[in-house]
Amino acid sequence: MLSHLRPALVSMGLFTVLLGLAYPLAITGAAQAAFPAQANGSLVHDRNGQIVGSALIGQVFVKAEYLHGRPSAAGDGYDASASSGSNMGSLNDKLIAREKTDADALRAEFPGAVIPADAVTTSGSGLDPDVSPAYARLQAPRIAAARNAPRGEVLAMIDAAVKPPLLGFIGQPRVNVLELNRALDERFPMVG
Amino acid sequence: MNWQGWAEIALTLGLAVGLGWPLGVYMSRVWNGERTWLDPLLAPVERLFYAAGGIDPRKGQTWIGYAGALLAFNAVGFFLVYGVLRLQGVLPLNPQGFGGLSPHLAFNTAVSFVTNTNWQSYGGETTMSTLSQMLVLTVQNFVSASTGAAIAAALARGFLANKGDDVGNFWSDVIRTTLWVLLPLCVVVAIVLVALGVPQTLAAGVTAHTLEGGEQKISLFATASQLAVKQLGINGGGIFNVNSAHPFENPTPLTNLITAVSINVLGWAAFFAFGRSVLARKDVRALVVAAMVLLSAGAVGIYVTETQAPPAQVAAHVDASVNMEGKEVRFGAPSTAAWAAMTTGASNGSVNGMHSSLMPLGGGITMFLMQLGEILPGGIGSGVAIMVVMALLAVFVAGLMVGRTPEYLGKKIEAREIQFAMLAVLVIPLFMLGFAAVAAILPEALKGLMHAGPHGLSEILYAYVSGTANNGSAFGGLTANAPWWNVTLGLAMMFGRFAPIVAVLAIAGALAAKPKLAPTAGAMPTDGGLFVGLLIGVILILGGLQFFPALALGPIVEHFQALAFVASSR
Repeated sequence: MLSHLRPALVSMGLFTVLLGLAYPLAITGAAQAAFPAQANGSLVHDRNGQIVGSALIGQVFVKAEYLHGRPSAAGDGYDASASSGSNMGSLNDKLIAREKTDADALRAEFPGAVIPADAVTTSGSGLDPDVSPAYARLQAPRIAAARNAPRGEVLAMIDAAVKPPLLGFIGQPRVNVLELNRALDERFPMVG
Repeated sequence: MNWQGWAEIALTLGLAVGLGWPLGVYMSRVWNGERTWLDPLLAPVERLFYAAGGIDPRKGQTWIGYAGALLAFNAVGFFLVYGVLRLQGVLPLNPQGFGGLSPHLAFNTAVSFVTNTNWQSYGGETTMSTLSQMLVLTVQNFVSASTGAAIAAALARGFLANKGDDVGNFWSDVIRTTLWVLLPLCVVVAIVLVALGVPQTLAAGVTAHTLEGGEQKISLFATASQLAVKQLGINGGGIFNVNSAHPFENPTPLTNLITAVSINVLGWAAFFAFGRSVLARKDVRALVVAAMVLLSAGAVGIYVTETQAPPAQVAAHVDASVNMEGKEVRFGAPSTAAWAAMTTGASNGSVNGMHSSLMPLGGGITMFLMQLGEILPGGIGSGVAIMVVMALLAVFVAGLMVGRTPEYLGKKIEAREIQFAMLAVLVIPLFMLGFAAVAAILPEALKGLMHAGPHGLSEILYAYVSGTANNGSAFGGLTANAPWWNVTLGLAMMFGRFAPIVAVLAIAGALAAKPKLAPTAGAMPTDGGLFVGLLIGVILILGGLQFFPALALGPIVEHFQALAFVASSR
């Protein structure tokens, strides 16, 4: 065993320098040079240059004029420093009660509508940046009313914002909530 | 379920095995010391390792020498990781300002990353500094993977030798696999992932001022470099708490495809590399077919269960065509099903959706895939090695039936090989079921559970199955950062890793000492459909008989509860 000690120590030391320092630092250097926007988190800025979020990370929306994201289990909701799913099993009482409460609230708001699954379920990350096209369209009447905008135009904006699956079959169609809300603020700004 | 979903699952599984073939040819060239086009760049680095370490790469080792070197290398790795994690608070490159880890968490994490398991009792973005992620976790992601690859290279030499005792040189195998196979692939995949949106920065994060006027702290890391090796090395430890469900680790369907294929591609490559190295491509193709049949069945099963009516969605009277709890909108059921099967069939353990929130039978399938021994295709090299152990058991069973001494790949299979083969496959259930049985009645252990009843038992069972199989995924409701869980899971990972490795190397040594037989008409063919069927039977009987009673009390009973609940809520 002792004869193995020197090669073990030396090779682990060299691997640490090569793979633990040189490799990640070289990738960081290349990434920062070639793809700075992505490498720094796909951050989104407002006109004053202030960071309003990341295009990849969902954030809390509760106001009527905005498209709302999914329920979130990350911290108090969309905590991007503590990602988490609910981890609740399919017969968990709290899960069943929560989905029912959320669904009842949506039915009260949009009578007669079919409620999409993503509207009442938490995502794996708690930071899902997207909603399904169905959940986005469901919210169009509320958004249009709050912004005093024609419902048809809000629906058209939602349809234009739908990202289709790659090559038509890889992944699911989706609407990025932050991107759509920024577009809404641009097109139909809230007055006052 | 729809055609798009089936097409996506078929493409993801198929791409991994398809790309595994050329990479396997390359991997075999690396093991055998043949020329490759990267030699001008990497040979000087390799020579530096040999010169500094006093290593003569041409000097072969007996299986005992090989195992000793492997254990020494891993022991040094363990102490290095443990030390850095304990001292994290006073070490540099800690922009997050995190303190050192507790002794039991550092022990668990060090074992976890050294054994290629990557079980995480902690949340990445709330525990690990940039230095810890890079300096110890990323390094172990590489070298634990090449340690697994080394045992397949050694086993191949055991089959190839003719009355010898040389199974190769561990140092050469681990250094060459790391430098020639893992490092170049990781560089390419990491850069592609950054281009597609995965962050790569030394900053700890930023604070955003949201559209509604709130504040959002967004954690960042040098993510892509670690993500690439986490997938390609079949490690699975997330940089962030929710692993590849996190939009920074997996922002789009394309990154999902790339990182899902990365979970299995080098596992398959090691199958093909083994086949090329032992000059038995057809026999190893039969092993690939058997593994692929079982893995595909798992993926199909999970896709089917995830599109059954989920109880909570039925009770809430919302769309119940897909179980969306714990899933990301951009992935949905097909991406999540393919990933769940591939990550548990390989010993990866990364997730792109929460396994605890899968439908009961879907979660049961992920557990069952791990219980089959991590051979679909398992870890790099460790997967094909255990699959060969299964093949030895299959020819042994067939030999008993027809009353003839079994042969496999030109070697007589006798008592010694079968004893070690049984050791390799029996250690696994001992730790999976033994610890789970104790934890199920121990108040100290039960404190960590989120659920009571069958789902709670599943949390316990999943943890020990995942740890012992060196997978690392979890039913995340379990709070495992407590002394009982950290210590017992650490032991399960350690024995689940090194007992089978030593057994496989012992088999390699025993085979090397035997004469190489010419193929005879009397031996049972091991490259056809009959053998594939027999092998699948042996794998399922070993897995099924040992684990069915436990699964019946967890996911299976929960499935019937869910059916009853759905029927009464419609």
